[in-house]
Amino acid sequence: MKNIALEVENLSKQYRLGQVGTGTLSHDLNRWWHKIRGKDDPYLRIGESNDRTTSGVSDYVWALRDINFKIEQGDAVGIIGRNGAGKSTLLKLLSKVTKPSTGNIKVKGRIASLLEVGTGFHPEMTGRENIFLNGAILGMTRREIARKFDEIVDFAGVERYIDTPVKRYSSGMYVRLAFAVAAHLESEILIVDEVLAVGDAEFQKKCLGKMGDVSKGEGRTVLFVSHNMASVKTLCNTGILMNNGTLQEQGSVNRILDLYVSFSTNSNSKFLYKEDVNKAAQVLDIRILNSKMNMTNEFSHLEDIYFDIKVELRKHINARVNLSVLDKYDNVIFIQRKNITYGVNVFSGMLKGNVLVPNTYKFAVALDNPGVEIYDIVDGGGQFNIVDIGNELSLNGDTENGIIVSPILWNT
Amino acid sequence: MEDSKHLSEAENWTEVIEPHSSLLSLNLKEVWRYRDLLLLLVKRDFVTYFKQTILGPIWFFVNPIFTTIMYTFVFGNLAGLSTDGAPQVAFYLSGIVMWNYFSNSLNQTANVFTTNANIFGKVYFPRLIMPLAVVTSNLMQFAIQFLLFIAVVIYYSYIGKLHPNLWVLMTPILIVLMAGFALGLGMIFSSMTTKYKDMTMLLTFGVQLFMYATPVIYPVSAMNEKYRDIILLNPLTAIIECFRYGFLGVGDFNSGMLIYSIVFISIMLIIGTLVFNKVQKSFMDTI
Repeated sequence: MKNIALEVENLSKQYRLGQVGTGTLSHDLNRWWHKIRGKDDPYLRIGESNDRTTSGVSDYVWALRDINFKIEQGDAVGIIGRNGAGKSTLLKLLSKVTKPSTGNIKVKGRIASLLEVGTGFHPEMTGRENIFLNGAILGMTRREIARKFDEIVDFAGVERYIDTPVKRYSSGMYVRLAFAVAAHLESEILIVDEVLAVGDAEFQKKCLGKMGDVSKGEGRTVLFVSHNMASVKTLCNTGILMNNGTLQEQGSVNRILDLYVSFSTNSNSKFLYKEDVNKAAQVLDIRILNSKMNMTNEFSHLEDIYFDIKVELRKHINARVNLSVLDKYDNVIFIQRKNITYGVNVFSGMLKGNVLVPNTYKFAVALDNPGVEIYDIVDGGGQFNIVDIGNELSLNGDTENGIIVSPILWNT
Repeated sequence: MEDSKHLSEAENWTEVIEPHSSLLSLNLKEVWRYRDLLLLLVKRDFVTYFKQTILGPIWFFVNPIFTTIMYTFVFGNLAGLSTDGAPQVAFYLSGIVMWNYFSNSLNQTANVFTTNANIFGKVYFPRLIMPLAVVTSNLMQFAIQFLLFIAVVIYYSYIGKLHPNLWVLMTPILIVLMAGFALGLGMIFSSMTTKYKDMTMLLTFGVQLFMYATPVIYPVSAMNEKYRDIILLNPLTAIIECFRYGFLGVGDFNSGMLIYSIVFISIMLIIGTLVFNKVQKSFMDTI
């Protein structure tokens, strides 16, 4: 059996919502009153799961609830989940930035966390001074930093500017220097939040390579949070899927990525619009489904995307439905039109996989009588993400991949 | 079998992070391991303080010189307060140099969580390093102002108006006491400012008033019996009086007062450290 590097038991974290400050004193007094009588914190009993989309009754929410997992030494673990799933909170607890509400974390070896690159960088100080200060903040001693200094400067590629204040650096140089310091930490466990979103493609690749070395070559444990599924796939061998503050699944990275894509939250993939009888024609519902007819809004780039659009025409007039797909900047990628008949119409269709490149898109539906009147427009809902779970484009590490998958057939 | 394996594993953990920890788990060993960080933070303050200023460290002289001139004029000449017979310039300067160090350290220590929230929210290191860095960095300003004071003392001794004695050797201890008091009191306040921002307002205002409860602009001997006992309760009184007794050769001072200060400040420092240590673990949630 391999060594366990990190063990998390019944870990929970509770946060208070709303105006922190009002009522703080009274809650504190109440807590204190329970405490001196030897009772539990009264506010730990209440609280609900952290679902942003539904408004709750209580002021207290559980950002994390009863998390249990073990991580073996030398594993590279990708932690994935939607925004608000509790990934960052988990990292904060692991890196001791804040303490858990209940449960515990057991660690073998030193933990270094990289929740942000360049923490403590001072713009007025030179690159050299900042390397030392930042390194010390991250837990290195001066001797360790001095020993690795040349390597750090070399990795960052800023040798010429090393005695220039970092405020004169380009933002790319700044990030490279900051990451270089962090990449040379000598801890047994490295925790990395999404810090690679900055920097150019070449440097991102270099960072991923460096982190790969850290886990594969040096036998250190890496915990990596990212929304970039491609980098999770290249870097990690196991994964943890989080949802609404709970741990959904732990397993091999491929299984976790598949789960993430097929994992559906119904609230986001179904768009039901309130009936308004004053409208001559109205969009009633848009549903986005996967091939198993489960509602979802996350698709892998190869998956076919199914949709049902329900519209109602309430008068005997000429009308048609305009279905378009927009990119995240609201550019229309294509439009398709169909005539509608009196009564309720359901248009079901399929958008072929491997056409749109991984990104966020949305369906927009408009009902009109061409050149006469527009009856209804719905473009706020119908959003779906095509998630990169590792394809030819993502391997290049480029951030800009256009909109459609290249239709070119190469002769040579 | 299963149990014994579990047990042997349990002993191997380097660290266990738990919601509740004992009030006394200070982990000073860890603070020591981060001593390089303390030095580098002090260096940062030193390097960045004067960047892009033309006069540089001269600015540290400006404050005490002008304050001394104002005090000499207002309290010395207009109000005619006693200086125990010492030259007014030397008397006020001695008070100002000491007081500046204390008040700067106190104010900055008290706001240590707020000013460093960004760093504290991103990376862990023993939080105690920050207040320690504050009082150490302020020593640099103190040292420069102290040189000014020494120059003044030498001048007045040369013309025979001052007679420093061996009590000047106490100065390092007095500075440590001063730092300890600022640190202890500051840490207690810092713990409260994370939740209740009102404390910051109270402190800024309170420090200003506290100066008048400390013999900065007057000697203890000038107090009448009624107020004298109150002034003597202030642990800073003995420190400043001892400082003056050594350099200026004037003042009401005995070693009993100093022992009182040492005891008082030690207790304050212990309470401050314990409170700070407790708050540092969860302050990120409330700030």
